[in-house]
Amino acid sequence: MELLAFGKTGWGDELFYATLMTIAVSVTAMLIGFLFALIFTPLKLSKFKSLNLIGNFYTTVIRGVPELLVIYLFFFGGSGVIMYVASIFGYFEYIEINAFITGSMAIGIISGAYSTEVFRGAIQSIDKGQFEAAKVLGVSKFAQFYKIILPQMLRLAIPNLSNVWQITLKDTSLISVTGLVEIMRQSYIAAGSTRDPLFFYSFAAVLYLLLTYLSMKLINRLEAKYSRGY
Amino acid sequence: MITSFPKLLSATVITLKLLSVSLIIGMFLGLFFAILRMNKNIFVNQFAYGYSYVFRGTPLLVQIFIIYFGLGQIEYLRSTFMWVILKEPYWCAIIAFALNTGAYTSEILRSAFQTIKPGMIEAGKSLGISNRIIFYKIQIPIAIRQSLPAYGNEIILMMKGTSLASTVTLMDLTGVAKYIISTTFKPIEVFIVAGGIYLFMTFLIHNLIKYLEKKYSFQ
Repeated sequence: MELLAFGKTGWGDELFYATLMTIAVSVTAMLIGFLFALIFTPLKLSKFKSLNLIGNFYTTVIRGVPELLVIYLFFFGGSGVIMYVASIFGYFEYIEINAFITGSMAIGIISGAYSTEVFRGAIQSIDKGQFEAAKVLGVSKFAQFYKIILPQMLRLAIPNLSNVWQITLKDTSLISVTGLVEIMRQSYIAAGSTRDPLFFYSFAAVLYLLLTYLSMKLINRLEAKYSRGY
Repeated sequence: MITSFPKLLSATVITLKLLSVSLIIGMFLGLFFAILRMNKNIFVNQFAYGYSYVFRGTPLLVQIFIIYFGLGQIEYLRSTFMWVILKEPYWCAIIAFALNTGAYTSEILRSAFQTIKPGMIEAGKSLGISNRIIFYKIQIPIAIRQSLPAYGNEIILMMKGTSLASTVTLMDLTGVAKYIISTTFKPIEVFIVAGGIYLFMTFLIHNLIKYLEKKYSFQ
């Protein structure tokens, strides 16, 4: 137990901050994923074939390629691309991007592909009559989306979004390969310096279980809120 | 880009080996735990539930690390025959993958068993077929057909999961891709080739499952 003590003698406080880092990366990635979903869901549902193609390309490629490969692409390729863009604007110094930003971008793009599919499914399962009724009543496009489609869509999307959240949370463990100190990386460091990998990796597993358990509790509450009246 | 292609292609063989072996073991584990889940004894089915909960609630990376780095630490294991298996990263990866996919498969099969209409089992009973035969000849085939679409997704997820073998020094497709990236500093080209190979495998699996679904459809 003294291995988990807070302060200089144990790893308790380090692991605690690492857990916070995991939560921070997951939440950031999930939000970035929502942004991507916001762009690509309309593309996938669009009437134009070429826009459909772009949307399908994004979700197919990201969901068909291992997460680790995407992370390596961002980790090794990210600064190169940024430096190239900067060189167009006349900046030639070496730019190093923060591991947190690369990591959350990579995981966010992956999570976005899953979110896009969830939103697409949810919108498609809303009754067509709802759109028509809104049109007939002369509701503006904006109000139609925010007041009619979105609330219904959220109810249908929340159970699947909770799956996306779980995937995102677990995927953040892969960012440890880039050196960002989250649960997995911290356990790796602790295991290396104490020569007790079994204990630290099992503890990491417990931390992840705790996070998934708590987030499930929270999401269930949200689900209950949005399915009032059903 | 062209020079890296043969290297990546030969690494694909390792990825496919890892995938197929762990899927076969995982399928048996999944069926076994799905049957335990339906057991009336509360300890037995809670044990099966706990297994699937733990393996689905933790990242695959943690599971591989516990098996590869963690288990080697136990002195007792080092003296048994288990050590022959556990000192090989290849087998450690397969054990982790099989246990992981077993947990997901057990959930898929369990929900498939639950969708079987009670009428079918009753029909079997009224025809005087024994419980054992009902289970093997009626319930299992129907459950397997029901779970095909979900299992197809699981195969694709597992294929992507095998990329984690590269973290325990195995040179699979992702491992070789990373090695080439870090020696040539051409991440985008290598990503296109390696990603293309993965996408092609996804495409094949997707179509295979579609074909099987059509072949074994009820109509």
